[in-house]
Amino acid sequence: MTAPQTLFDKLWAAHEVVRREDGESLLWVDRHYVHEGSFQGFGKLAERRAAVAEPGLTFGVADHYVPTRGPRRSIADPEIAGMVRQLEENTAKHHIKLFGLDDPRQGIVHVVGPEQGLTLPGLLVVCGDSHTSTHGALGAYAFGIGASEVAHVLMTQTIWQKPPKRMHITVDGRTAPGIAAKDIVLAIIAEIGADGATGHAIEYAGSAIRALSIEGRLTLCNMSIEAGGRCGVVAPDAATFAYLQGRPYAPRGAEFDRAVEAWSALSTDRDAEFDREVMLDGAAIAPIVTWGTSPEDALPIDACVPDPAREPDPARGRYLREALDYMGIAPGKKLTDIAIDRVFIGSCTNARIEDLRAAAAVLAGRTAKVPGLVSAGSTLVKHRAEEEGLDRIFRDAGLEWGESSCSMCVGINGDLVAPGERCASTTNRNFRGRQGPGARTHLMSPAMVAAAAVTGRLADVRPLLAERKP
Amino acid sequence: MEKFARLTATACPLDRTNLNTDQLIPARFLKVPRSAGLGKVLLTDLRFDADGNARPDFPLNQPAWREAKIIVGGRNFGCGSSRESAVYALYDYGIRCVIAPSFGDIFAGNAVQNGLLTAIVSDADAAELMAALTRTPELPVTIDLEQQTIVCGNRSYAFTIDPVRRQRLLEGWDDIALTESYRDRIAAFKARDRNARPWAAPAKDAQA
Repeated sequence: MTAPQTLFDKLWAAHEVVRREDGESLLWVDRHYVHEGSFQGFGKLAERRAAVAEPGLTFGVADHYVPTRGPRRSIADPEIAGMVRQLEENTAKHHIKLFGLDDPRQGIVHVVGPEQGLTLPGLLVVCGDSHTSTHGALGAYAFGIGASEVAHVLMTQTIWQKPPKRMHITVDGRTAPGIAAKDIVLAIIAEIGADGATGHAIEYAGSAIRALSIEGRLTLCNMSIEAGGRCGVVAPDAATFAYLQGRPYAPRGAEFDRAVEAWSALSTDRDAEFDREVMLDGAAIAPIVTWGTSPEDALPIDACVPDPAREPDPARGRYLREALDYMGIAPGKKLTDIAIDRVFIGSCTNARIEDLRAAAAVLAGRTAKVPGLVSAGSTLVKHRAEEEGLDRIFRDAGLEWGESSCSMCVGINGDLVAPGERCASTTNRNFRGRQGPGARTHLMSPAMVAAAAVTGRLADVRPLLAERKP
Repeated sequence: MEKFARLTATACPLDRTNLNTDQLIPARFLKVPRSAGLGKVLLTDLRFDADGNARPDFPLNQPAWREAKIIVGGRNFGCGSSRESAVYALYDYGIRCVIAPSFGDIFAGNAVQNGLLTAIVSDADAAELMAALTRTPELPVTIDLEQQTIVCGNRSYAFTIDPVRRQRLLEGWDDIALTESYRDRIAAFKARDRNARPWAAPAKDAQA
């Protein structure tokens, strides 16, 4: 009998082509997603006059530079238009399927992959984007890579990897009403730090994780990278299989049944050992917002921001002072006293249909006190939301309803937060300047962003939800 | 890729935790090809104010450190986005080594692909190096990758790096050439895998 294995060990073993004595392995790649930013990888391919090894396993999605406003085919900025065109040219040249500007399935790559059934349990998925960790929600080994590795995967359909350590994050208990996957993952990052999972593959487990929908698990795994993790994975279960059944690129009929049988073996064996165990009490998690310039700077909404003067460690004190100074927040201020200038609902973290429903549930019949933009995670999500009338709720509240794009999460399609402006955002990074030079970002769940919109400041969504109750 | 063996140069302290790749190169420069020169936009929003004037208090703008080839950074250096342009910006500025207590995983992987050494030291050693450099900015620092040592003034520090990454840097090897030497093994895996995991292929008739 073989030693008990973690889920990650099983995923690794299924992809190992070569194991070298020095500890590195060559792994087979099942799916490679490319986007506009992959142009450097294609450039390296061109330098070598090489071909794409497996165009049928490579899929392109236009997302980072796609406009949210105006006609998609007439992007005003020639450099931005050029980025989208380059992706079209590179994918056409190498016979790679592209979900481009005109495709009804276009969207953010980490939304489109699962939505199309391209991402499946047991697969190894890579993309030149750090939020590729998202796809682990379906039980895949998925991680972000750089341009050199993009070129390597394009040319060989393989990647060199050294096995990471294994981290087991267990969240048990029933989360309170109004608590979303975003609150869980921000609580985890606040607990272990922005480098808490560096060098580790995370497996999320426990009853609070099991209770999450697939959308919620995608949010959770998405932010694994914000804790420094190589990847985040949730063992596939009945919810995963139900989510995948009937998706365009997923197996069908008897093939699907056989796949489910294989996927059902993808879980951690009893007694398998992890290098690190982290436990959180799901029932104790409150709605969380970030106050600083790293996702680890996260606190429950009823807290006050830190006061550097009360920090005994001088290095930590300096860190707090710099973060508060950039964010323009007085030391010790109550989070709920912080006024905001705008909101953004979107990104690969929180722009799936459930996220839009959660925000709309708070906004319905209410008016936003600040302007804001909503950009659905994919064009299909956008259409679904319109069928459900969610677009009208957002518009009636005073928010803008845009096209699907990475948009204001990274700002390179032109959707920027102005210098000095404060944005309540469903995105993943509150780094300095992330949403534009001088922009100040507070990360939170879609419902919490909606609460911030209707109050004009950081706010606890729970009373707003309670008012809805008959 | 240029090999890395030994380097003696001035070293610039950048005492910031979580100095992410968005700081190393902001997203608005990601559409700029490397040939256009990315060294000049390294850390641009920290080095320059909104009008493009150099911030005199930023370490890299101080005369002693302007030509630094080494950076001593804080915990979680290079976390965040996978943008390899962050490494290009450092390298093209002239940086050949970053010393820090920990690195973002993807950044460290990108660094080794481009001949940039990421040397891991303890928090205490990083703090001591920063203090020494702040006292004596022009103090040369010698990094020996073979020995895994950093010499600064009369102090010597050990650093760690993944042994495979170390070998890659020492030999400047080409990943793609190496992988191609395993072509038969890859083909055999593919044939075997098709039977073992028939469900892993994307459904063929999904095209709309």
